[in-house]
Amino acid sequence: MPKVTMNINGRARSTEVENRTLLSTALREKLHLTGTHIGCDTSQCGACVVHVNGKAVKSCAVFAVELDGATIDTIEGQAAPDGSLNVIQQAFKDHHGLQCGFCTPGMVMSAAALLKDNPKPNEAEIRDYLEGNICRCTGYQGIVNAIMAASGQAVPAIAAE
Amino acid sequence: MPDGGIGAPTKRREDTRFLTGRGKYTDDFTPQNTSYCAFARSQVANGKIKSIDTSAAAAMPGVLAIFTGEDFVEVGGNPAGWAIVSRDGEPMKEPKRPVLAHGKVRHVGDAYAAVIADTLEEAMDAVEAIEADIEELDAVVDMASAVANSGTLVHDEIGTNTCFDWGWIEDNRAATDEAIKKAPHVTTLELINNRLVPNALEPRCSIGEYDPGTGDYKLTTTSQNPHLSRLLISAFVLGIPENKLTVLAPDVGGGFGSKIYHYGEEALVLAAAKKLGRPVKWTATRTEAFLSDAHGRDHVTKIELACEKDGTFIAFRTETMANVGAYLSNFSTATPTFLHGTLMAGNYTVPNVYVNVKAVFTNTAPVDAYRGAGRPEATYSLERVIDKCARELGMDPVEIRRKNFIKKDQYPYASAAGLEYDSGNYDALMDGLEKTADFAGFEARRAESAKQGKLRGLGINAYIEACGIAPSNLVGILGARVGLYDAATVRVNPTGNISVMVGAHSHGQGHETAFPQIVADMLGVDPETIDIVHGDTSKIPFGMGTYGSRSLAVCGSAVFRATEKIIVKATAIAAHMLEDEPDNIDFSDGVFSIAGTNKSVGFGDVALKAYIPHEYPIEGLEPGLEETAFYDPANFTYPSGAYASEVEVDPETGKVTICSMVALDDFGVVVNPMIVTGQVEGGLAQGIGQALLENSVYDDNGQLLSGSLMDYAMPRADDLPSFVVDHSHATRCNHNPIGSKGCGEAGAIGSPPTIVNAVVDALARGGHDVDHIDMPVSPSRVWAAMNK
Ligand code: FES
Ligand code: FES
Repeated sequence: MPKVTMNINGRARSTEVENRTLLSTALREKLHLTGTHIGCDTSQCGACVVHVNGKAVKSCAVFAVELDGATIDTIEGQAAPDGSLNVIQQAFKDHHGLQCGFCTPGMVMSAAALLKDNPKPNEAEIRDYLEGNICRCTGYQGIVNAIMAASGQAVPAIAAE
Repeated sequence: MPDGGIGAPTKRREDTRFLTGRGKYTDDFTPQNTSYCAFARSQVANGKIKSIDTSAAAAMPGVLAIFTGEDFVEVGGNPAGWAIVSRDGEPMKEPKRPVLAHGKVRHVGDAYAAVIADTLEEAMDAVEAIEADIEELDAVVDMASAVANSGTLVHDEIGTNTCFDWGWIEDNRAATDEAIKKAPHVTTLELINNRLVPNALEPRCSIGEYDPGTGDYKLTTTSQNPHLSRLLISAFVLGIPENKLTVLAPDVGGGFGSKIYHYGEEALVLAAAKKLGRPVKWTATRTEAFLSDAHGRDHVTKIELACEKDGTFIAFRTETMANVGAYLSNFSTATPTFLHGTLMAGNYTVPNVYVNVKAVFTNTAPVDAYRGAGRPEATYSLERVIDKCARELGMDPVEIRRKNFIKKDQYPYASAAGLEYDSGNYDALMDGLEKTADFAGFEARRAESAKQGKLRGLGINAYIEACGIAPSNLVGILGARVGLYDAATVRVNPTGNISVMVGAHSHGQGHETAFPQIVADMLGVDPETIDIVHGDTSKIPFGMGTYGSRSLAVCGSAVFRATEKIIVKATAIAAHMLEDEPDNIDFSDGVFSIAGTNKSVGFGDVALKAYIPHEYPIEGLEPGLEETAFYDPANFTYPSGAYASEVEVDPETGKVTICSMVALDDFGVVVNPMIVTGQVEGGLAQGIGQALLENSVYDDNGQLLSGSLMDYAMPRADDLPSFVVDHSHATRCNHNPIGSKGCGEAGAIGSPPTIVNAVVDALARGGHDVDHIDMPVSPSRVWAAMNK
């Protein structure tokens, strides 16, 4: 089996993979990084989004064997080493941008990629960018609010009772 | 009062693990030496299994075992949880639902064999090598032809495709018929409540384990109700003694009903683990989810509304065919009956209601409760026919509803469909809606849309639902085979912090944050010192789990009652410590004190005394501070709401754009308003999905055409507007101790009729003579309606 070495969340990690092994499978099964989730088999849901060389990629849509030498960032590398949440993660928590949490890793990674390209997206731009990330729980409102907040923009206050 | 009690919008503690990739969902567990399971699933909707040759597959590398239906002939079927009696007094038809198909396959995706192998890839490769000789038979797909029994039967042994033919309330049938015959005006509407796939983002997954040293089994599975699953597996399917089976539902990635039920895959991995002495893991692909998860809705309905010329309602009469699919899933018989027919009086003082439901077997995936479960179907039928009636009478849709609303001084109100509503104020909700949705400004917005060449419409809706399922005695009379209480154990630890074990299961609802708010409120302690334990049958008391917007109203009430018991006992201990009688002890803000003195003792000191009972009145008082309560509700709860939406229709393409969606709900007492808002928003998205996008479609041969996320249109961020959600118009539930009604399903119940009403309104205002468009209100359907 071919061996690939990737820089994952700042550390060099090597593993053996089959030619058909997807990056998502390699991360979850070989490297035990189960924060990246699998929600579909047609590259539609976005639960598996990670960054490959700084770009948001659906990890179920690339083969691990092609990524020798690549830099991969996953949800596990987003918080500070002391466990404190980064700005986007904190905003998701503050604005109730998650419920069951299953889409959340992909959402956070997509949001990070969006804000890198577009530091102050408006609501329509956020909704448009998230087209590849399905959330069945939140209705996206909390997610949109969280990304607005993470980019330093005003969000409507959460409806009080 | 501590910070973070009832009513605080506390941020969710569970978020930290989910946001850092540290959530633990079933598929994230891989016990040592795990083997993998893959299923052979039918590609035809109806077929006779003539032979299954597994010899080539068994010889493939890594293959450990292969199971077929033959292996489970001796074990029980997966039962329906609710027995329905037909109008003629006959019990419903209950064909066996086996672990693996035996004799016949009955829907595309029906599993007839399972391979266990060292790796998933090996298991999947071996599935391909199974040679099954399955003779394809005509499929029963369309409900009307199924009911006619003219062709094939889904289950030969029952001699019919009709599971039951139910009347509610049968004794009211004649009076309702008579009232409709005599009525000055009758509005009739035929409609389809489209079939949906729940599509929780986490696919189902199950891991079976068996310890030959102890004889203990463990099932880790994606369940909304681990105790209910264990009960079904133990008492009905595999017969594993409950004390030898632990069911663990760890973090679960959404359910929406689809993970209430016990599925054959769970029994399979347990049986295989026993046979192999190794853990066996199965994870559904999304394709398998589409083919084998219980689907939702799928009603074909005719509803009649009889009224006076001034719009005063006289009667609602409904005839519905409800698809149950190929097998009876656990709640499939309750959903179209007692969760649907009993709601058919809506928010109205209508004197006559009659509902007839025929449940129909077809060669499609089983259909069961999906977010709202029967209540969205009821609300949709009512609120669509009321809108049509208003149009026919030339009345304003708000006015016709207000004219018939139950008034706030009429509670408790016995509805003509057999429920006793305990509280509500529908006029106040409608008053609030008129302001919040700015009905007054609609005309100006419509004119603005018209300038852009768009047709703008305003749709409204009022709903009521029955949640907090349910009083066990009542549902027992109605045919339920289980009780529907819930349970909680509050364990105060010696150092004063608290563990609360609950029967409810959190898979997005935020129980780990909200339940401590109740206990903290009552005990006057910091909610951060309270933890919730859920999802593990070896740790939690026997509770019925999470569905039907019941967790807070039923399990939360159990938490409340258990905490009351804690206070009683702690007061007795405090009385001893303060050398006085319990009756003289006040308890507030976490301190026991004697009025008019400076004698007091804190909750933490009392807890310590309970566990280190020195100088303790041991004759009259046990040590320890742990209490359990089982709470069986006195009634259903009745959340209600008023919703409005404005839409724009593009007359060129038929495309509908939602301009606004306003949801006002009465949930009674709200424990965490942030979480409640999120629950409504998620429900709105699913309801809008049903109204505009989602449709589970089978062709005439029973092939699922919408079997992937490329063919089944899930709502995405850019399909939805920002929502306005307001739950300030609350009336207290007056039969449970918290006063809460439940909020999980409201959005999915209230939004579909709102949207369709708005679209029809837009077309009507645009001069199109359109009565109704079936969901999903897709551009092609709208365009066809405009150009018919
Ligand atoms: S798992 Fe990758 S897009 Fe769904
Ligand atoms: S939080 Fe459950 S799918 Fe998004």
